[in-house]
Amino acid sequence: MMDISQNYFEFLALPVTYQLDLQALAERSRELQKTLHPDRFSHLSDRERRLSVQYTAYLNEAVSTLKKPLSRAQYLLKLEGLDTFSETQQQLAPMFLMQQMELRESLEDVVGATDSEAELEALRMAVERELLSLREQFDAYYQQSTPSAFEAAAVCVRKMQFFDKLGREIEALEDQLFDE
Amino acid sequence: MAYSEQVIDHYENPRNVGKMNDQDDNIGTGMVGAPACGDVMRLQIKVSDDGIIEDAKFKTYGCGSAIASSSLVTEWVKGMTLDQAQELKNTRIAEELALPPVKIHCSVLAEDAIKAAVADYKEKQAKK
Repeated sequence: MMDISQNYFEFLALPVTYQLDLQALAERSRELQKTLHPDRFSHLSDRERRLSVQYTAYLNEAVSTLKKPLSRAQYLLKLEGLDTFSETQQQLAPMFLMQQMELRESLEDVVGATDSEAELEALRMAVERELLSLREQFDAYYQQSTPSAFEAAAVCVRKMQFFDKLGREIEALEDQLFDE
Repeated sequence: MAYSEQVIDHYENPRNVGKMNDQDDNIGTGMVGAPACGDVMRLQIKVSDDGIIEDAKFKTYGCGSAIASSSLVTEWVKGMTLDQAQELKNTRIAEELALPPVKIHCSVLAEDAIKAAVADYKEKQAKK
């Protein structure tokens, strides 16, 4: 029986890990969706139908959170009592912020560049590399499972948030410049 | 979300956008960021020998409210002493720009940025 007081991993009967098997996630999600399909509940009481709507909402929330590497990392930390989902005020290393500033400046410069497509692609690759390395660092800290390691993992998450935003801006600019 | 007229004005005509040489002794640079939205803000002040802020510049990558908050701060701090600038409160920024509750953190970011710029300047002076 499904239980929405369970965390997303338990709800989906998946191991609590950052190295999540995305195929297993998709399969579990499909299986649960089938059992939750509204048509199967047409003969049920209002209360049971309400429950099914609740389960479906929880399932969608769980899948969309666990699917993406950033929100999966944030969710894992939240299970450890560290909420990085909505923090706005956090001290970040000046060097890191400087790098973020420079990357955004390069993105601005791309617009007028002679070979903007190649430059944009190079930036996208650079962001992707940083994100990959941050995900590895996150996982290493997360697996250490100590309070100080979780704090270090949270620092990785904060950095990922900046690169994630930058990645989305690069994509938006790509669409704007090349997809007429 | 609807932005206030004040925010739109600063967003469309930002004051004092730019960069000063952060190696200069009379320049203080504050860098801050907000992870939740990925915003980055740089705020710089140029300080005269008698401790008055002569000039201020900013560059912000973020939403309209973050740009407006930092733009407004650069306008306000010109002519202030360092102590006055350090006492600038985000509530005044939020009030002036009529920021909605969900955007209050943008004014906090601008307050943090000016504080960081003053601290950076003081640190440079102490090293001399």
